[in-house]
Amino acid sequence: MSTISNNPFLGRLTWESLPFHEPILIATFCGVAIGGLAVLAILTKYRLWGYLWKEWFTSIDHKKIGIMYMVLGLVMFLRGFADAIMMRAQQAMSFGDNMGYLPPHHFDQVFTAHGVIMIFFAAMPFVTGFMNYVVPMQIGARDVSFPFLNNFSFWMTASGAVLVMLSLFIGEFAKVGWLAFAPLSGLEYSPDVGMDYYIWALQIAGVGTTLSGINLLVTILKMRAPGMNLMKMPVFCWASLCTNVLIIVSFPILTAVLFLLTMDRYLGTHFFTNDFGGNPMMYVNLIWIWGHPEVYILILPCFGIFSEVVATFSRKRLFGYTSMVYATVCITVLSYLVWLHHFFTMGSGASVNTFFGITTMIISIPTGVKMFNWMFTMYRGRIHFDVPMLWTLGFMVTFTVGGMTGVMLAVPPADFALHNSLFLVAHFHNVIIGGVVFGTFAGINYWFPKAFGFKLDPFWGKVSFWFWLAGYWFAFTPLYVLGLMGVTRRMSHFDDPSLQKWFLIAGFGAVLVACGIGAFLVQVFVSIRNKDKLRDVTGDPWNGRTLEWSTSSPPPAYNFAFTPVAHDIDAWWDMKQHGYTRPTSGFQPIHMPRYTAAGVVLAGISTVFGFAMIWHVWWLAAISFVALIASAIYHTFNYDRDYHIPAEDVLATENARTQQLASTHV
Amino acid sequence: MSHPDTQAAHGHGDHGAQIPHFSMRGYVIGFVLSLILTAIPFWLVMGKVLPSPVSTGYVILGFAVVQIVVHMVYFLHMNTKSEGGWNMLALLFTTVMLLIAVGGSLWVMHHMNTNMMPPMTPQEIMHGP
Amino acid sequence: MSDIATTTAGAPREYFDLKGTHHPENGTLLGFWIYLMSDCLIFASLFATYGVLGRNYAGGPSGAEVFELPLVAVNTLMLLLSSITYGIAMIKMQQGSKSGVLGWLSITGLFGLVFLGLEIYEFQHLIHEGFGPDRSAFLSSFFTLVGTHGLHVTFGIVWLVTLLFQVGKLGLTAANQRRLMCLSMFWHFLDVVWIAVFTFVYLMGVL
Repeated sequence: MSTISNNPFLGRLTWESLPFHEPILIATFCGVAIGGLAVLAILTKYRLWGYLWKEWFTSIDHKKIGIMYMVLGLVMFLRGFADAIMMRAQQAMSFGDNMGYLPPHHFDQVFTAHGVIMIFFAAMPFVTGFMNYVVPMQIGARDVSFPFLNNFSFWMTASGAVLVMLSLFIGEFAKVGWLAFAPLSGLEYSPDVGMDYYIWALQIAGVGTTLSGINLLVTILKMRAPGMNLMKMPVFCWASLCTNVLIIVSFPILTAVLFLLTMDRYLGTHFFTNDFGGNPMMYVNLIWIWGHPEVYILILPCFGIFSEVVATFSRKRLFGYTSMVYATVCITVLSYLVWLHHFFTMGSGASVNTFFGITTMIISIPTGVKMFNWMFTMYRGRIHFDVPMLWTLGFMVTFTVGGMTGVMLAVPPADFALHNSLFLVAHFHNVIIGGVVFGTFAGINYWFPKAFGFKLDPFWGKVSFWFWLAGYWFAFTPLYVLGLMGVTRRMSHFDDPSLQKWFLIAGFGAVLVACGIGAFLVQVFVSIRNKDKLRDVTGDPWNGRTLEWSTSSPPPAYNFAFTPVAHDIDAWWDMKQHGYTRPTSGFQPIHMPRYTAAGVVLAGISTVFGFAMIWHVWWLAAISFVALIASAIYHTFNYDRDYHIPAEDVLATENARTQQLASTHV
Repeated sequence: MSHPDTQAAHGHGDHGAQIPHFSMRGYVIGFVLSLILTAIPFWLVMGKVLPSPVSTGYVILGFAVVQIVVHMVYFLHMNTKSEGGWNMLALLFTTVMLLIAVGGSLWVMHHMNTNMMPPMTPQEIMHGP
Repeated sequence: MSDIATTTAGAPREYFDLKGTHHPENGTLLGFWIYLMSDCLIFASLFATYGVLGRNYAGGPSGAEVFELPLVAVNTLMLLLSSITYGIAMIKMQQGSKSGVLGWLSITGLFGLVFLGLEIYEFQHLIHEGFGPDRSAFLSSFFTLVGTHGLHVTFGIVWLVTLLFQVGKLGLTAANQRRLMCLSMFWHFLDVVWIAVFTFVYLMGVL
């Protein structure tokens, strides 16, 4: 057990836990406090609390939950980017006698937080948000299979994010890298609370993610519209299906390995310790069995987004639908057979390394197939260079390079030189930024009009894109160079001043990216201000191909007054080509699930439980645990989970849309 | 197929809820088979019946696999039809992933241990590290 | 899929389900089965860990020295019997007999409690001898694997008691029947995991 002071009431919490001696944190806290109070004041002044609670926080509507995921992801992305800027600044100045401004114990927290936040609390919420928002509409459904569970999953993710943010001001964060390898993350070498913040934030968020995976998978399997068999589904839905399979199959491993680490830290077991029979290498092995599928969880939905965007903006059906599906399924299965390439150098020897090196090279092939399919879709298409298409083109160039450096790393002897160098850092940022970040911006620009009824301003969208594209290349190409020269990752100080010029270029790149992010925020602000000029009245601003574009923008709560019937791939395009008639009468009452506070409550109690466990406040941990079980049981006694929207309300909503469509002379 | 419904069911939600047909016969067969498939391995190990522990290990492994199948069929009503075949597919996929994770870990860690774990001195073997 | 999707030659395509004949299928049973598959993989990780660390005695006791197979045999029987009694409860559900369900469910719960009691006795005895989960990696993996199974049984019993109240209060409604089905799958799944546990941990541990 930790030797830090243990007060029976406060556990490990003391006044020392507050960072009064860290000027950077004090300044951050002031900024957050002022900003936070401003937000609270605005909400109170405009009496928005009731609205937020009733219409958003307790909502089980997949569209609202999808939007909340995106907001969470964006907030956490900004925090993660702040960490990135801090690292770039430190590494641009810290050479020779100059130690920079970030002491090592702080720098270590920054790179750990950057990784954890970007992967778990920015990228995962973004892809989950997209899948949540888009998939039910694309399959012609009214919601997901388990709407309450959807809300609960969101709040559990938010709970994890809250714990990570709390670590800024109460205590500290982990200093062990985003995967927290043992034995460094064990009790002996990291007795501090930071490591426990890491564990509980990830365990709580992990519950949300796993349940979300089950939810979306069952939705796709069970709730497709009549006529939409699996091989007529939009490719984004196939990508989501495979992603959710990966989630279901990989997150339990993360849960288990973090649980074992927790046992080591709280009960003194010997899974990953150096002594009494423990084996730290087993931690690395298990965490990467999860870790590799995780990166495919992040990229597959983005591949799906690109498929939708390329087809829409080339005015052409996606080339090679069947091969796209098979390629995605291949990637899904293969992603479970490559994990050891993350630790070629740990010593498993030639036979093991060879096997995993070969599988790693094989897995690049289906991605290549997809790349060609996108290109062949564009060939002889009529390309429209709207902002989503720009992001897609940027992705195609950037990601391909990143994929190629990945194949380089897949060769074990090469990896012995490049492992844990800046080359590796450049590679994964290459594929994550080129793939996930660019995909997220493409998706945001593409589906924003559907969600909010007006497009995002195209000018600022283009500004943001070009800053991001240039910024990425300036920021990470130097890292490839440095990595090939042998420079190690996660260093807060360098002895060799000749390296500085590369870090300065990288810093410049980071500034460009910051401009790109700033331009995105301006884009949102300008779009809201000009929303009448940017309004989308038809519901189909891009002449889209899939069913979500058949609804109004934003769609009604029930999505479809009548369940659509699919006859072909690109069901909405098919309807438009064959001249469908939109029904304006004969509406039935629509069965909908009720909003509920249970998800917020359960996740809130989980946050308290996590905090109590982190700080060893055992009485609070016990009470909150019991409260958690009791609330969950109490919720199951509520059988009144749904209601019907009356037919007259449906008629009124649909009439309003008829008028809206008439105003565009459609 | 009908099941008694003492409250007006939410009609929309129940379509497709395929509850399998339960029979006493199935449970009794499963129970008896499980008893036998449990008793024999216990007897083999406790009685040290077979000469080599390695072959005993393989035999009881086989019995475990068979008993798991018995449970799947007779208690969990596993078949290729339920939920449009998705149950079976999910089970097969999970089994494959399980074999990869467990088998892969054993293979990898065996190599890691061989190459990377220093040999213990006789003292350490006797008294711990 | 429904008939509206098929088109006969020459007939206009129907793009909307105007008669409202399509009802999205209830996904609860499939969803719960898939959750069980994910739970299976948590156990897979614990089995993998036991496989890798299970012979690291660190100078402490081995399985042969601490496992009491007769006790394990009794425990196995308890769990197996509880599976049968749950099965009978499901037959009673099929017959619409609320009291039958409540009765057989209660007996199932009792078998589960006996199982847990014996397991707690076993754990407590080991810890008392100084062979707790902190003694060696072998013991850590043993306690965690078997203990996680025991925790699942505990949650199952809590769920069972909750269902006793819910079925008692509201009867065998469609929702309650779905819940009983889910618990049934959970309960039998725990018995399946136990087969792996007694084979890999106890029997092989003694070999």
